[in-house]
Amino acid sequence: MTTENMKVLGMNKRIQKLRQESVSTVPSISIERAVLMTEAYQNYQGKVSIPVLRALSFKHLCENKTVVILDGELIVGERGPKPQSSPTYPELCCHSVEDLEIMDQREKIFFKVSDEIKKIQEETIIPFWKGKAIRDLIMDQMTQEWHDCYEAGIFTEFMEQRSPGHTVCDDKIYHKGMLDFKAEIKEQLDQLDFVNDFEAYDKQEELKAMDIACDALMIFAERYAKRAREIAAECQDEKRKAELIRIAENCEWVPAHAPRTFHEALQMYWFVHLGVITELNTWDSFSPGHLDQHLNPFYQKEMAAGTLSRESALELLESFWVKFNNQPAPPKVGITLKESATYTDFCNINIGGMKADGTDGVSDVSYLLLDVIEDMRILQPSTNVQISKRNPDKFVLEACRVIREGMGFPSVFNHDAVVKELLRQGKSLEDARKGGTSGCVEVGAFGKEAYILTGYFNMVKVLEITLHNGLDPRTGKKIGLETGDPRNFQSIDDLMEAFRKQTAYFIEVDIRGNNVIEKLYAEYMPSPFMSVITEDCITKGKDYNAGGARYNSRYIQFVGLGSITDCLSSIKKHIFDDRTLNMDKLLDVLDSDFEGFEKERQIFLNKTPKYGNDDDQADSIIMDVFEIIYSLVNGRPTPIGGQYRVEMLPTTCHVYFGSVIGATPDGRKAGVALSEGISPVQGADKCGPTAVIKSAAKLDQLRTGGALLNQKFTPAVLEGERGLECLKDLIRAYFRMDGHHIQFNVVDSNMLRDAQHHPENYNDLIIRVAGYSDYFNNLTEELQNEIILRTEQQEF
Amino acid sequence: MTTALVSNIQKYSIHDGPGIRSTVFLKGCPLHCPWCHNPETQAFQPEIVWHHEKCLGCKSCVEVCPHKALEAAEQGIVINTKHCNYCNQCAIACPTLALEILGKEMTVEQVLTEVDKDAVFYEQSRGGVTLSGGEPLSHKGFAVEFLKRCKEQGYHTTIDTSGFVSKSVFDAVLPYVDLFLYDIKHLEDDVHQTYIKAPIEPILLNLRHIVEKGAQVWIRVPLVPTVNDSPEFIQSLSVLMRDLGLKEIYLLPYHKMAEAKYHRLHLPYIISHINEPTAEHMQELAAILSQQGLNVHIGG
Repeated sequence: MTTENMKVLGMNKRIQKLRQESVSTVPSISIERAVLMTEAYQNYQGKVSIPVLRALSFKHLCENKTVVILDGELIVGERGPKPQSSPTYPELCCHSVEDLEIMDQREKIFFKVSDEIKKIQEETIIPFWKGKAIRDLIMDQMTQEWHDCYEAGIFTEFMEQRSPGHTVCDDKIYHKGMLDFKAEIKEQLDQLDFVNDFEAYDKQEELKAMDIACDALMIFAERYAKRAREIAAECQDEKRKAELIRIAENCEWVPAHAPRTFHEALQMYWFVHLGVITELNTWDSFSPGHLDQHLNPFYQKEMAAGTLSRESALELLESFWVKFNNQPAPPKVGITLKESATYTDFCNINIGGMKADGTDGVSDVSYLLLDVIEDMRILQPSTNVQISKRNPDKFVLEACRVIREGMGFPSVFNHDAVVKELLRQGKSLEDARKGGTSGCVEVGAFGKEAYILTGYFNMVKVLEITLHNGLDPRTGKKIGLETGDPRNFQSIDDLMEAFRKQTAYFIEVDIRGNNVIEKLYAEYMPSPFMSVITEDCITKGKDYNAGGARYNSRYIQFVGLGSITDCLSSIKKHIFDDRTLNMDKLLDVLDSDFEGFEKERQIFLNKTPKYGNDDDQADSIIMDVFEIIYSLVNGRPTPIGGQYRVEMLPTTCHVYFGSVIGATPDGRKAGVALSEGISPVQGADKCGPTAVIKSAAKLDQLRTGGALLNQKFTPAVLEGERGLECLKDLIRAYFRMDGHHIQFNVVDSNMLRDAQHHPENYNDLIIRVAGYSDYFNNLTEELQNEIILRTEQQEF
Repeated sequence: MTTALVSNIQKYSIHDGPGIRSTVFLKGCPLHCPWCHNPETQAFQPEIVWHHEKCLGCKSCVEVCPHKALEAAEQGIVINTKHCNYCNQCAIACPTLALEILGKEMTVEQVLTEVDKDAVFYEQSRGGVTLSGGEPLSHKGFAVEFLKRCKEQGYHTTIDTSGFVSKSVFDAVLPYVDLFLYDIKHLEDDVHQTYIKAPIEPILLNLRHIVEKGAQVWIRVPLVPTVNDSPEFIQSLSVLMRDLGLKEIYLLPYHKMAEAKYHRLHLPYIISHINEPTAEHMQELAAILSQQGLNVHIGG
């Protein structure tokens, strides 16, 4: 490590301009990809195998999609024809004209859609794709029970509009170019044994598809090189001309070959990123993973050679940052929009952690990246620090200093816990150490694992249905099991047993659906490009979506841990322990949404042991609930050879799930948001942050694939070096207890209330939601209210 | 079993000594400084308060009170403190926490159980437990036993004191205290007498005594404009500190956030006319102290 850690303050003019263009451009829809994809399918469908069809379609996109180099930028390439212009993916979800109109007109998370695009959609896209898109196939294949649950809000389905992704780039693209991958593919093709291996043909088609995908990305880069040279030829500004030639040279070298310089390394990643998100609309787009560890060798080499300065590295990184922000998450509709109402596409850069050999992963580039975050104050990419006991306090303090700025970046992970979680799942020690977190809080063996989130699961809704003996009180429809009239339950154990049976039933319905969806993707939607860069797909000759990755996990994400705990705690105390209320009365109170029962509501709110206060009476319940879901899910096999596991995160789904549930025994009124992640119910934690952390640490988080904890601090608590030191120790103490993740909003609620009334004054206000940050003005009013209600840890 | 009247146990307390701490507030103080930020810790008896903004008007409290000390009047709940024996029945019955009994008699064991919960944070941050108040040393038996037990647990211990107790109390706790936060409000006896109704001399003698016994001491000054914000006072304080060989001083700017508490407790708030000190003024005073080589901190 060099001693050069001097801070470079602020963005330079170029970056300011690029950033400003990125944040001020109105998101819109581009029809280009849909048209090209339709052309490709019209040309090739039925003539070639499905993997080859997918690869040729990807190649057709790379050969024809618009090439755009923005004035002043240093890293090039866009997903759409211009910044903030999102393509659509009709093979996954074929939007109706009405969908497009809603996208265009909705108040939040809108995309402008021109009349011409609506016309093309109606005349060209819909006639070809209607009934053939994955979304149509899924909806067609699901059982009536599944549809009942989906409509009731028991669970959501991640793969109905977007494809499996949830993976992260490891270090291989910094050592190998597409030509190297092609050589590996050829080697596998040459070895195929058509006499004894009855899968040889399938492997051949998949490998051919991967080979085409490598060619496609190289073609895409060559087109960028050509364009850069064209602009350079006409450029009057000598400085810019030289930059354009440099860009052309970069694109002529990567991604065909492994990068040689810091600049080439960034451009290499960016082409790979674009490849993944052009091929399919993967959840969580794609991520560079341990970016500091990947870049540090280039950085050190060039610093020593004098071909790079800290300042020029910062500028390159900031230009790179803008590229992420230029790509909003493609438009979602329906329930999928409700569960993930944001432009953020969840690229999540890991900083710090440990190296494959277990040593400290913090480098000069780690500090450089923290400076970039502070400079940029921009929505994308998301960032996190991976804190290991191997990392120096200086690094943690520097991260805390950026957190204090109040953007919710970076979020904070326990890398030692991440490694333990991955080891528990059977990963090798080296693969575990090179792993990290992506999306919101999900662990994965980077570059080697397909860890797919299948959908959120609404535990509180299940309790509501249990209390109504299988009936959904919102619709009057019987969608659950008859687990008995709760008025006859003699103890909390009777209720817990009924809740367990009910949960088991709904998980069966969910998993049954997931298993079919997994097969549909394996069959109809291979992703040969993703397979090239994911370990073992080439050697197995198997697609990423068919189990080609070294490790395969499928997650169900449970929502409302705090809410379900407080509900059960309330029933236990008031109905079964103190017997101040009977079950019949409770049901009346809840069904009337506390109308005329404010006293009862206040007792539920104020006189119940609540999760988040280091009170074993409540915390033992969350542990019981966890055992129920864990025993029902963890380790169940999936069709492509993976395993189901549990996670606890909500994105924005706690708002949607709350909207389908009536009043609950924790004192929550009908329709109000649930708690998020493993955070306490908003306002229920009254003993400060140490008590919250103690409660959260009682959950055995090492048996999850991620658990999200939000904390809100007023700026005063973090003032001075003292405030930072204590924050650092709060984090370190949580991690000593094997906590997985913690993130901080540093804001005061009065300011947020003011922002609700005067949004025009707060265009730049970025706030932590759940696993990601967003502009406050982009949040729905319900979500804004939910964040305001979270307990504010004050100065003591 | 030694007990004390505890008004609060504050976790993640980061301004009452080093690291992350739990601060235990004991109720009762021999001094009644008019700017006190915690007036609920002045009386040695429990107190009962009614938070009108939380009250539903359900009268559960009136119905449950065994001593008929509560009455539902037009203006709200009226408390007859003569009849109240702080049995807590009303607070238990109140659904909204509108009735509150301030001060709970707790044993050393009970308080320890509570502070033990955050041991991992003390250990991580080199923090510990702070005994505050009120005047914690007014509860000598409890303080000695509690601090002794904390030391057995390996916690760093701090006492936040006004110094206005007999020397023998200091002698009793000294073996179990790692740090004293020692409040000095003024050095001139007449001013001290005027505002605090107590002489300064015993406070200064106790300070000298514990310093001579080798105690670690941080001086804390609640800075109240017109009372003790003159450069002269700060100057003479720095002389005293240098004389005693003390290094650390905390200037705590007076704030008015406690005013509502005075009203709830039906206590007069006689200094409402005094403004909070400006940041610039705090800096000026701090500069005087740092010029003397002292480590000055503004705020807790």
